[in-house]
Amino acid sequence: MASNIAMAGGAAAPRPGSLRRFARARSTIAFLMTLPLILIIGGLVVWPAGYAMHLATMNRRMTAYIGLENFVILLENDTFRMVIFQSCFFAIVAVLLKALIGFWLAHMLHHIPTKGQRKWRGMLLVPWVIPPALSTLGWWWMFEPSYSSINFLVNAVGFPSIPWLGSPWWARISIIIVNVWYGAPFFMIMYLAALKSVPEQLYEAAAIDGASSWQRLFRITLPMMRNIISITVLFSLIVTFANYDIVRVLTNGGPRDLTHVFASYAFQVGVLSGNIPRGAAVSLFMFPLLAVVAFFMLRGINARNKEMA
Amino acid sequence: MSTSFVPAVRRQGSLHAERRWALIVAYVSLVLASIVMLAPPFYMLLTSLKGSAEIADLSGNPWLLRNPTLENYAAIIGSSMFRGFFWNSIKVTVMVVAITMVVSVLAAFALARMKFWGSEFLATGIFLTYLVPDTLLFLPLYQIVGGLGLLDSTWGLVLVYPTLTVPFCTWIMIGYFASIPKELDEAALIDGANWAQMLWKIFIPVALPGIIAATIFAFTVSWAAFVYPTAFITRPDEMPLTIGVVSQLIRGDTFAWGQIMAGALLAALPPVVVYAFLMDYYIAGLTAGATKG
Repeated sequence: MASNIAMAGGAAAPRPGSLRRFARARSTIAFLMTLPLILIIGGLVVWPAGYAMHLATMNRRMTAYIGLENFVILLENDTFRMVIFQSCFFAIVAVLLKALIGFWLAHMLHHIPTKGQRKWRGMLLVPWVIPPALSTLGWWWMFEPSYSSINFLVNAVGFPSIPWLGSPWWARISIIIVNVWYGAPFFMIMYLAALKSVPEQLYEAAAIDGASSWQRLFRITLPMMRNIISITVLFSLIVTFANYDIVRVLTNGGPRDLTHVFASYAFQVGVLSGNIPRGAAVSLFMFPLLAVVAFFMLRGINARNKEMA
Repeated sequence: MSTSFVPAVRRQGSLHAERRWALIVAYVSLVLASIVMLAPPFYMLLTSLKGSAEIADLSGNPWLLRNPTLENYAAIIGSSMFRGFFWNSIKVTVMVVAITMVVSVLAAFALARMKFWGSEFLATGIFLTYLVPDTLLFLPLYQIVGGLGLLDSTWGLVLVYPTLTVPFCTWIMIGYFASIPKELDEAALIDGANWAQMLWKIFIPVALPGIIAATIFAFTVSWAAFVYPTAFITRPDEMPLTIGVVSQLIRGDTFAWGQIMAGALLAALPPVVVYAFLMDYYIAGLTAGATKG
């Protein structure tokens, strides 16, 4: 394999003998240097992904091929249809809120004098730094029905206590709140980096032409940031869609399996109930969205590379 | 003349007022956002400093601390199970970071500088693997790790964590290496340096900020990893911190909330400390994916 590639590399560049030998050695070395990476990606990502597709077509005991039956059973199952709805609802609402809040905070940070920005940025990024499984534990404690410190504040303002994790819709909202709290700082940091890369002259020119702040936002800032916004949103869409930590710690799918997302349901079916093939089928439902998002992200990145070149 | 002059002055005055206003709005938003962002860790800290009697007392304001005590920290540090979680996390993280950095620096160097058959395809492939979430792979990996007899063992985690770290680290290292001027390696080649010397003496020192950023990324990701340990490990003595704190400190009907919060905060401390001291590298690593990619 290695020598084949070396030959191809050597043949592609018809140069004097010693140089060709050099090139041959060079591509052999290069291949050897990437070999550990290829082994990790091939053995622990590509192979398991293919294996997941194979697993999903097996029966519970993994003894017989049953075709698409796992998928059919899942789609006929009311709980699973709810999982599809909840995953999409959760991902779309959470990503939208994260993007909006992140954009707002980045803007506010960009407005204040540069000297103070570091300090605020440092504080606002803390939620992103704490491992989410652990910070969600703190949220769980704040939502705890009898001791809820959030309900204490809600009562203090004059509203009745909220059954945060007890009723399905509040539980869904709680999960979104925690996810937005965790993810908005990431958006803020990305957008801040993008805002700083917009040339100041554009704003000066706009000010001379008498542009309003809305015009500056829609005609300069947003078009200049378009690529980073789309890359960040697409990336976050994948991560949020595939989220497991927050749901596992906060509700563990409850009440009555109504807050499961693909990941937590796959875990419940595959590991806890021991039906690995059906669990694999559940997680494979994430694949179509993933493929679409990956396609758009690659396109965005290629466009960006062309712009920068 | 004067008619055109007067509106300009008024406009400047309103511009000044507008700026002042914008600044006030900015500070108010930042203060509010900081309160919301810092409230959960602050409340965790508060709870961890309360005795169980104070936590159970529902009459007072839960956001106040009356009798601070370190008994929760003493209890959690005294627990050999918790120290075991910590040790497992350290062991796994150190090994994963070392593996990740060796693999990704070598691969990134080859991909950034030594074009070979399939190298562009491979660079795209690395990016795509970064997009595959762990929740899509944990069931087949459960079977594979089980087949190797590594379930219930930290070695299984050392085996699979690189899938979380290597793609992104390689990706950002390619960016850092590619930004090093080609003249540098030509000069080194003329001086008779081989590839190993070039990597060791030029690329690694010049791209050191990138290497630090990638190391921090690998460290935080493997410290916070949750899906794989939750799926693969059921024995408390092999658990790393994340799943250990979440599954083992919560037992029975009465939760020792003070201890749970103390444990969670101690578990979150290493990444927070790294962040506090190396914030600029941390942020460089975060944004590198989008601005360099």
